[in-house]
Amino acid sequence: MQGNKIRNLISITDLSVDEIEGLIETANDIEKNPEKYQDACAHKQLATLFFEPSTRTRLSFESAMLSLGGQVLGFSSANSSSASKGESVSDTVRTVGNYADIIAMRHPKEGAPVIAAQRTVVPIINAGDGGHFHPTQTLTDLLTISRKKGRLSDMTIGLCGDLKFGRTVHSLIEATLRYKNIKYVLISPDELRLPDYMTDKLNEAGADYEEITSLEEAMPKLDILYMTRVQRERFFNEEDYVRLKDTYILTPEKLRNAKKDLVIMHPLPRVNEISVRVDDDERACYFYQTLCGKHIRMALILFLLGIKVKEA
Amino acid sequence: MNIDGVNTGIVLDHIKAGKSMEIYEYLGLDKLSSCVAIIQNVKSGKYGKKDIIKIDEIIDLDLDALGYFDSNITVNYIKDGKLVEKKHAELPDRLTDVIKCKNPRCITSTEQEIPHVFELVDKEKKMYRCVYCDALVKLK
Repeated sequence: MQGNKIRNLISITDLSVDEIEGLIETANDIEKNPEKYQDACAHKQLATLFFEPSTRTRLSFESAMLSLGGQVLGFSSANSSSASKGESVSDTVRTVGNYADIIAMRHPKEGAPVIAAQRTVVPIINAGDGGHFHPTQTLTDLLTISRKKGRLSDMTIGLCGDLKFGRTVHSLIEATLRYKNIKYVLISPDELRLPDYMTDKLNEAGADYEEITSLEEAMPKLDILYMTRVQRERFFNEEDYVRLKDTYILTPEKLRNAKKDLVIMHPLPRVNEISVRVDDDERACYFYQTLCGKHIRMALILFLLGIKVKEA
Repeated sequence: MNIDGVNTGIVLDHIKAGKSMEIYEYLGLDKLSSCVAIIQNVKSGKYGKKDIIKIDEIIDLDLDALGYFDSNITVNYIKDGKLVEKKHAELPDRLTDVIKCKNPRCITSTEQEIPHVFELVDKEKKMYRCVYCDALVKLK
């Protein structure tokens, strides 16, 4: 699978469908037999370079590496790194590549991990680059869907909220376009519609999709409901943010017409777009997603480091 | 109007009318010590009007950059008064430091001295994609 070539994960399309399948299998095995993997990355170090704050992604990478018996180092904001002194991404990564065996990096600028991958010989994992890609969230989403539905094909996926800036939505669409018979229901206000370059991709793939503004209208059709947050940091204008942030709030009332086996997902953090009253509904899977996120990141670290764990 | 023919040098022909000054500047022809002629609005059977640039010296030309400016340009290499080679500029597959990414969120807007690289994604639509942030640029 690895050969001698260094593999990076910049975009979800860097992985083939078979490779994703392999990661899902490993993640499922990790869930069943965690002890088998507990020393798999002994004496290996993961650097988490987070130029932008994050709770879940950084901690799940660190938890993943620690659960594999490895060690972690890094920083959690640009302010606590030499970036605050004006150091470039190139120089930071070139330096850290001498300390760690693998790097997970989040940066507010789009394409920063491409530069990173050019500057070091250790694998780079894109842990989010601005509004661009967030492939490990997509792997998390795919693992969650696969575990909850037992398949990644033949379903209707509703994507709701900020479809314009929501990088998780774009990556999830790109990933699921490679599976058979997926229908998309795109639910958003006009201002936050899916960008043209994404609808172009749907059209090119001949995908079945509809764009609507009513969440209630979409609800009965959905097998998956993927909610997103309207993110303050993606807006240049505070007024636009305030006007649009409460557009879609999921409540138990809105779920009345939903399928019994609907899977409700959210990349988190949530602000108020899902009422806390929904949390106890057994269809709410967004906290389960965070566990999937840890398992798939463990599988990814093993894959990129070329480590194969022997059967116990 | 008469302009002497080139004895040994390059003739850039079939330049879209009005584009020659832009190409002159991009290629840095003002820095040459040899004779350079820009001829604008020449009658052309094929295009109606065209521009021509004559350079009285053989220089290294970035054909990719020329293709970006105008993919109809023909580059004629003249030696001792004879046409020795004719090349056609084509839309290049990759543009390095020819255009800059205008996406304010692109890493190229802050990272120092990295090349601005674009890849051709649609020849017909003349569409290029920034290799860092995927921003699309359509050539005019």
